[in-house]
Amino acid sequence: MSTSEESLITTEVSSERTGRSDRPDATVLAARDLDVYYGDDRALASVDVEIPEHKVTAIIGPSGCGKSTFLRCINRMNDQIAVCRVDGDLSFHGKNVYDDDVDPVALRRRVGMVFQKPNPFPKSIYDNVAYGLKIQGFDGDMDARVEEALRGAALWGEVKDQLDSSGLDLSGGQQQRLCIARAIAPDPEVILMDEPTSALDPVAASKIEDLIDELAEQYTVVIVTHNMQQAARISDKTAVFLTGGKLVEFDDTAKVFENPDEPRVEEYITGKFG
Amino acid sequence: MSTDTDPGPGITGDAAATDAKQRNKRARQVLFGCAAFTVLTTLAIFLVLIDNAISYFYGARATEMIFLGVEPQSAVGLIEFLNVRELLAGEARWAPEHATPSHNAWPIIFGTLAITVGAAFVSIPIGTATALYVSEYASPEVRSKLKPTLEVLAGIPTIVYGYFAIAFINPVVLGPIAGLFGINIGRYSMLSGMLVVGIMTIPMVSSISEDAMQAVPDDLRNGAYALGATKYDVSVSVVTPAAISGIFASYILAVSRAIGETMAVTLAAGFNANITANPFSEIMTMTAYMVSMARGTSAIGTIEYQSLFAVGLVLFCMTLMMNLLNDWFKRRFQEEYR
Repeated sequence: MSTSEESLITTEVSSERTGRSDRPDATVLAARDLDVYYGDDRALASVDVEIPEHKVTAIIGPSGCGKSTFLRCINRMNDQIAVCRVDGDLSFHGKNVYDDDVDPVALRRRVGMVFQKPNPFPKSIYDNVAYGLKIQGFDGDMDARVEEALRGAALWGEVKDQLDSSGLDLSGGQQQRLCIARAIAPDPEVILMDEPTSALDPVAASKIEDLIDELAEQYTVVIVTHNMQQAARISDKTAVFLTGGKLVEFDDTAKVFENPDEPRVEEYITGKFG
Repeated sequence: MSTDTDPGPGITGDAAATDAKQRNKRARQVLFGCAAFTVLTTLAIFLVLIDNAISYFYGARATEMIFLGVEPQSAVGLIEFLNVRELLAGEARWAPEHATPSHNAWPIIFGTLAITVGAAFVSIPIGTATALYVSEYASPEVRSKLKPTLEVLAGIPTIVYGYFAIAFINPVVLGPIAGLFGINIGRYSMLSGMLVVGIMTIPMVSSISEDAMQAVPDDLRNGAYALGATKYDVSVSVVTPAAISGIFASYILAVSRAIGETMAVTLAAGFNANITANPFSEIMTMTAYMVSMARGTSAIGTIEYQSLFAVGLVLFCMTLMMNLLNDWFKRRFQEEYR
């Protein structure tokens, strides 16, 4: 636990970021032979995947294929579910996150998450963004960090005069961008997004898509989506899960959408099932 | 077949439909009757209370003055009843039945307030902590055992709590402690009343607070966990503020209950109206006074007897204020999330 706390130091994280262009395909997250069970039901079956740094990786597939389960394995949100059991390896910078000495709290401070339904706290906009920093004991210039996060989430211009009003007074799309600001304020390395636009109208959704593109310059983004056009538009890599929790194809997005290896993936993408 | 030649069955209404309509109408009347009965009873109690309380202050009931033309005369003045100067001088006495009667109500108001505040110091922290534990920390198995236990605690008759105070808390728990200070504890004590009423109202705080905490959507908890919050962070900085109006409502209910509590507090705190800072001495609450007066020897209609209603009115005003406070707080801090 102490080692992961030490590596939270911002300078170290940002030095990795500046190194982005030098090693464009460095792997941040790697799953090897990952199995997940809910009681006796197998939700993921021997998943192998390597998620590259500072890229947008999309996870697509039909309902119930295990996309969200995979996402929730990464920051161990599945720990909340009593019947959930994980086998195999899921490593973050080479360290298996399911090792006994990993503290899920410390892990989640480096792997942020945005949910399907916008879920701002019933607090002010400012306090929403500052929340992660506060619980992590940040004692620097909070105002600056809040502003930076809101700018990063393309929300600053709209809310800068009402930071004290409730986050719940915002529109759905603004709430979701507030949740993104909340996730990036503590400066994580990875941002997980679980269908972040499915509860939004098309205009609000396209703003989030533009934002994801910008976020990828600084963060590694893993996004689950139902919307194949969205995956094609915004992602660099695409992972396709099909029923039974199997990862059937993982490659560059262009390759997956134009010339997939698996015939079943082509059928799924062209809308023959799913 | 066109619609204006044959409208088909059922839209103009037949015998069955008329029956259903009648049933619906009767049901509505019965339900309204029950609701009206509740409101009228409350209203009647309030009017009788005021009517009789007036006779304590003016020598005749309001109804007697209005319908029988009885002249009002000065009886116990409101100033005498709530004489602050005597209170500050330490001379306030509540002894309507005494050979030299005194009608300063502060000693019994003090008794009620002391018990209420003392009980709140027991029930609010323990009840809130219990609610947080059951709602946020306890595993499903522990929760399934704890919740019924708390409900049993809430269902114990208050007289049993009273005996618990008189037979156990006062002699066994508080007696030796008072002994350390060189005080000889009697049969009753203020502290015993505070403790027993506090314990009695714990389930009220814990179960209503826990309901409010359970109503906080899991989305909010997950949002905080995903930011690296611990269970403690989530409990204190997400769940508690989001559930605050329900938690506060539970406090108000517990305090109202403590104000109006009679049986347990009478047996625990006693019948000696005095203002004291000594937690081991006997005091009297307004409710305890009303019990002793109602079963005492004073004739109905005398000033001593009518004091019952004046004290009842004060009690009523106190609980009413609590309800208004709760309403205000609810409107101010209602959960905004859906």
